[in-house]
Amino acid sequence: MILAMLITFGVMMLVAALVALYSRDIVTAIVASGVVSLLASVLYVLFGAPDVAMTEAAIGSALTTVVFLFAWSRIRSIASRDDSTNGEVR
Amino acid sequence: MMTQILTVLAFLLMALGVWGLMSRRHLIRIIIGFSLLDTGVHLLLVAFGYRSGGTAPILSDGIGVSGLVSGAVDPIPSALVLTAIVIGLAVTALMLSFAVRMYARTRSIYIDKNKELKW
Amino acid sequence: MFKRLFSLVLVVALAAAFFPLFATIGDRGDVSPLAESYLADAPDALGSANLVTSVIVTYRGLDTLGEVTVLFAASAGVSLVFSRLGSSSDGRRPVQNHAPSELVVTGAGLLLPLIFVFGVFIFVHGHLTPGGGFQGGVVIASGVLLALLAGTLTELSHGMLSVLEMLSGAGYVAVGLLGLWLAGGFLDPRFLPTGEIGSLFSGGAIPVIYSLVGIKVGAELSGVIDAMRRRRVVE
Repeated sequence: MILAMLITFGVMMLVAALVALYSRDIVTAIVASGVVSLLASVLYVLFGAPDVAMTEAAIGSALTTVVFLFAWSRIRSIASRDDSTNGEVR
Repeated sequence: MMTQILTVLAFLLMALGVWGLMSRRHLIRIIIGFSLLDTGVHLLLVAFGYRSGGTAPILSDGIGVSGLVSGAVDPIPSALVLTAIVIGLAVTALMLSFAVRMYARTRSIYIDKNKELKW
Repeated sequence: MFKRLFSLVLVVALAAAFFPLFATIGDRGDVSPLAESYLADAPDALGSANLVTSVIVTYRGLDTLGEVTVLFAASAGVSLVFSRLGSSSDGRRPVQNHAPSELVVTGAGLLLPLIFVFGVFIFVHGHLTPGGGFQGGVVIASGVLLALLAGTLTELSHGMLSVLEMLSGAGYVAVGLLGLWLAGGFLDPRFLPTGEIGSLFSGGAIPVIYSLVGIKVGAELSGVIDAMRRRRVVE
């Protein structure tokens, strides 16, 4: 039973990691990397490390995703400011 | 069996992370590859500390000290991974801020457009 | 093309380096002798029920002090990078592009006190239940994030954050020195009574140290979030 859960979550993690590296949209990639962390925190519970699971759930999947999204939105805002002033973004 | 599966999973995540780090050109994706590598290393450390059927190393009424010695997982890797995750967030934030700064300077999010550090 | 081949070779080399590990690792019934002695002795010696906390705060206490220092350096680096970035644009008036929705504002008013109390609960009970200073600090930082998103808090006072960081960091070192002076060594928590295992006031100075770590981590991560969020300026 636990073995089946482990294998299921493992496959899901690998799929999410592939999505994070290869999806077309950056926001999708960021959310997928958050999903990898969230599934990892479930695995930590299965492996008898609830302290690590709490940390990973709070940091890996919540705060890291937020920090990534903030950075991406800043990059977007720099790009859009360029757009309105000189109209050329590479 | 469980330890082996987790080790293989951790290795696959690390390999994907290294592959992403080396082959992607988008700065954000490179940092995502780094965080996958991070997660893989943490999983590997937790796999080292596991013992089959192990419980969390917390003393409670049901489990006495003897139960802890015979049945709890190794607390040292848990402690190391816990601090490593927090440091990982801070380092990721630092990398992202450098990425934003680099974009503001070079106006390109693709690493191969930046010729300054090309070898 | 050459670069791709190089990356593939690197991944294969990584696999080769890890192969002996896969060949030898298997399910074990025992733990290392060091871990065994921690499991056997730590509850009686320190009076703390959560052994992960004992390892972090006491046995590897110096490491944790180093980690907190690294965290401080990284958060200072983030603030530095973004302060240089912001200084190039004048008229730094932070504006909200979209007003936060009704749901977020109402939910934040309801949830914020609970989130902060939960964070404090986690780091005060770090020696009894899973959790501790790092997790509690992160919960508090995410509460600050919610307050910033909902507009309950428009500007984070950097003076207050640095005072909190300074006091908790200095307090951590001071508690460590008290341990050196009154008990066995640097960061030895047994200069306070270890008490009865399972009660709130147990484990000597472990709850004190972990609360200081929690305040420090919460302040630093709030600073990181604020530095990354800020300065959506209008020209």
